[in-house]
Amino acid sequence: MELQSAGENALILYLGEQVSPEVAARVHAASAAVEAALGDDLVDLVPSYASLLVIYDPMRTDHLSVGHRLRAAINELSDSESLAGRTVVLPVYYAPESGADLESLAERAGLSVDEVVSLHSAVEYRVYAIGFAPGFAYLGQVDERIAAPRLSTPRLKVPRGAVAIADRQTAVYPAVSPGGWNLIGRCPTRMFDPGAKPTMPVAVGDRVRFEAISRDRFLALGGELA
Amino acid sequence: MSIEVIRPGVLSLLQDSGRFGQHRIGLTNGGPLDPEAFYCCNRLLQNEPASTAVEISFGGARFRAAVDTYICVTGAGMPLTINDAEKPLWTVHPVKAGDEIALDFALHGCRSYLGVAGGFRIEPTFGSTATVMREHIGGLDGDKLQPGDLLPCDRGSQRKCLYLPANHQPHYQDMVTVRVIPGYQQAHFSRLQQRRFFSHTYTVSDRCDRMGYRLEGPAIACDIDGILSEGICFGAIQIPADGQPIVLLNDRQTIGGYPKIGSALSLDAARLSQLQPGGTVHFAPISPHGAHNALHFAQSVTNLQTLLEHKP
Repeated sequence: MELQSAGENALILYLGEQVSPEVAARVHAASAAVEAALGDDLVDLVPSYASLLVIYDPMRTDHLSVGHRLRAAINELSDSESLAGRTVVLPVYYAPESGADLESLAERAGLSVDEVVSLHSAVEYRVYAIGFAPGFAYLGQVDERIAAPRLSTPRLKVPRGAVAIADRQTAVYPAVSPGGWNLIGRCPTRMFDPGAKPTMPVAVGDRVRFEAISRDRFLALGGELA
Repeated sequence: MSIEVIRPGVLSLLQDSGRFGQHRIGLTNGGPLDPEAFYCCNRLLQNEPASTAVEISFGGARFRAAVDTYICVTGAGMPLTINDAEKPLWTVHPVKAGDEIALDFALHGCRSYLGVAGGFRIEPTFGSTATVMREHIGGLDGDKLQPGDLLPCDRGSQRKCLYLPANHQPHYQDMVTVRVIPGYQQAHFSRLQQRRFFSHTYTVSDRCDRMGYRLEGPAIACDIDGILSEGICFGAIQIPADGQPIVLLNDRQTIGGYPKIGSALSLDAARLSQLQPGGTVHFAPISPHGAHNALHFAQSVTNLQTLLEHKP
């Protein structure tokens, strides 16, 4: 466990070094423990793959006090606790016209486009975190052969539904936003809809599988290629 | 009863103090880029501190009152007129139904707040009225103001016409020193790279918005290209592979995978957001303890400000 300063009102707890179900379980348990330990001094929490960002009210407390309380809460954590979860299937139209980086990613990986698609849709992913934008679910882990670094200059505009890869993570962009991930396809399912219940089709701990669909099926499901 | 938008200008957004406690479903904070000016606007109007106001970026906006009430404009130096008569900023003014309120383009600074007695009456989404366009949440249908929009408000009950004396009003310049609390992946930036970051001048690029201010200057190198995506707090300074720092602000993403050298002090991030493209930025390190003191000091300075009354 490592505790770092993040900002004037935030500390970040690192609970592991790699992506694994065990680390995810520890992050999950730590979130509940931190919530109990800080009470009303807590403003927000951002759990992720292997870390927990803790945001507190700097007019009520300070770094030292929060640090002491976080250490005490984490030391009392017992290990393990498995994450249950549903399996959600998301349809994807994989093609150069729906995924601008599909061909360059395949070329760099020394694979055909079809091989990239089958490797991406073969794995059952776990939802490790939700963030970056409403409904943006970080899924892991992508097969090492199609892992790709983020773009050195992020795009200013990535379309809604874009399916993308960054390192060994994959995700579906829930709304138009800037982004530095490699785009490989498009998913017609809305990942965040404030009017729907629930607002998101997935939650942290769920498992996700991608299913390749045709252009026609994509359009029939309400997908947009604009 | 309402105030009508005749011309929204470059970017006008309804904002309250922001949306908190929703990061776990990926919602960001929104809220005023310059909280000092926002809170002062509500204080002058004798409103609840977090009452909804309009944040006007760059200026060029025009409104028409459809109700008798009181208004106040704080923040950037955007010349204010009511029925074409010049009026001072940081001052409460009575308006009658039919009066036209216009804000010209900013001469200094970049963001202003137009408040109304009682605040604008907007239905909160996830606990706040703050507009975040990227999320399509808050304000009127999650969007910036459009010509013809009606901003609901009550008839303003009798109140004092207060103003903030000139010696308390901020002076927005085109150069800002941003104090930085080192943190996050700081250890992955060599001593040389940190010295480079803290000793050079950066320029605000054209790519500056409510998500973040992208700066241009000497590239900063990091030992690592990316990290496991993790939570991003307000003010975090991200260094992508091109080495150009991005200071992340109110509408930032809540999680990301670029290395971060530390985070800006909120008081200075507010001043940064008053810079237009071309403005210059210096960074200076500050300890968490120093940051804490600066926040409490700023709060007590605000509490000591005396508001005076004028007779319109």
